[in-house]
Amino acid sequence: MAESEPALVVEDIHKSFGNVDVLKGISLVAREHEVVSILGSSGSGKSTFLRCINLLETPNRGKVYVHGELIRMRERDGREAVPEDRRQVERIRSKLGMVFQQFNLWAHMTVMENVIEAPVHVLKVPKAEALERAEQVLHKVGMYERKDYYPAHLSGGQQQRAAIARALAMEPELMLFDEPTSALDPELVGEVLKVMRSLAEEGRTMLVVTHEMGFAKDVSNHVIFLHQGLVEESGVPDQVFSQPKSTRFRQFLAGTLK
Amino acid sequence: MDIGVIIENLPLYFKGLWVTIQLVTLALICGLLLAVPLALAASSRNTFMALLPKAYIYFFRGTPLLVQMYIIYYGMAQFEGVRESFIWVVFQEAYWCALIAFSFNTAAYTAEILRGSIEQTAFGEIEAAKACGMSTPTMYRRILLPGAFRRALPAYGNEVIFMLHGSALAGVITIVDLFGAARIVNSRHFVPFESYIAAGFFYLCMTFMIVWLFKLWEKRWHAHLRPRESVAGKDAALAPGGVSD
Repeated sequence: MAESEPALVVEDIHKSFGNVDVLKGISLVAREHEVVSILGSSGSGKSTFLRCINLLETPNRGKVYVHGELIRMRERDGREAVPEDRRQVERIRSKLGMVFQQFNLWAHMTVMENVIEAPVHVLKVPKAEALERAEQVLHKVGMYERKDYYPAHLSGGQQQRAAIARALAMEPELMLFDEPTSALDPELVGEVLKVMRSLAEEGRTMLVVTHEMGFAKDVSNHVIFLHQGLVEESGVPDQVFSQPKSTRFRQFLAGTLK
Repeated sequence: MDIGVIIENLPLYFKGLWVTIQLVTLALICGLLLAVPLALAASSRNTFMALLPKAYIYFFRGTPLLVQMYIIYYGMAQFEGVRESFIWVVFQEAYWCALIAFSFNTAAYTAEILRGSIEQTAFGEIEAAKACGMSTPTMYRRILLPGAFRRALPAYGNEVIFMLHGSALAGVITIVDLFGAARIVNSRHFVPFESYIAAGFFYLCMTFMIVWLFKLWEKRWHAHLRPRESVAGKDAALAPGGVSD
């Protein structure tokens, strides 16, 4: 792949909860149109790392650049950093579509209302235009027929596809997936992965925290493996999966690829 | 039973009914407007900010409405400063005193209902709002409060009925509300059974209306909480969700 401008640069992220150091200095570069899979056993800090990128968790130290723009943070000794400018954080968040493990759809809104909410009330897109765009993304994830349903009336897989549509409606520059299939019944995982594959094929830049080895192997351009808050293994999937350098990653693969 | 007396005095009852409706409606509106900021502050994680609204709620839920009304109507008049200041025009009128007491009282109960339902908000919904770049005021206005209001609705319906019945206390401080009208009819004709049964009948009718209105309201606002069947077709919830394109 030709070298393109990095969509995301993360430098030396540190995060601790109380006395527990969860992230001990993680860096990552995601180029445009790249899919990066973040692997790791539970407790390795992979979700925390993803949440540090859009500041759902505030890191103690480290830098995040989105398309070259640094999220300005004021570091404080031994405590969480604080954002210098709320507005900047909100603006950057609006460019980063996030998909959660538990879907987190707004329960009192229909699928359609969920999808147009942020475009209308954050990006200030006129409602007619937002509706039009929402129809497109709902078709894309195969949820158009269910657009007037409330989240509680949908299966987990449908809710997650609606949540992906909600993120897509913001026309994000980068998408963050936080274990998007981990809360789903096994037979519903496929429909969500199918949508994610189609997004990767469109050339969207995606960061995916996942336990789906097949997806990581087939779809991603880059894989990183976290262990105890550090990057233990990193590289292109072909190489990483066939000749892992670290013993930990080898053990992890042996445990998951049965 | 002397129905004739009641029929003869129907105009008085209707006058009283109208005062009751006015008082209760105004008190509910003022109370709700007051309750929203109170509830938001009381559910704040900042203990200092939550202290004052919590003390307010504790005081007004901790004392009888009748006592609150007496303090405002009779108690305030004791102070020369109040009698000589411009607010005396308010405090010398039983009507305004009752309205103030009712508003403050229902505000405390409503705030407590709202505080509960605000604190029940699924954390994930707030995170999802933050993640798409919503500012905190927009998040409150679009996500947190609409969800909280919906959850609060059944309990609030109860509070409205309590307020209606509590408003009978206005009749005690010379206001001719529905209960006040019944008292007048009784004192003029000495027919306690008939006069109060008639008032009770009107309260019953109003309660019925309130229950019915809240049922309609819940139907509109709780569509997302009901099982799918009652919304439209029955093809939804349990059907395995294949990608349908």
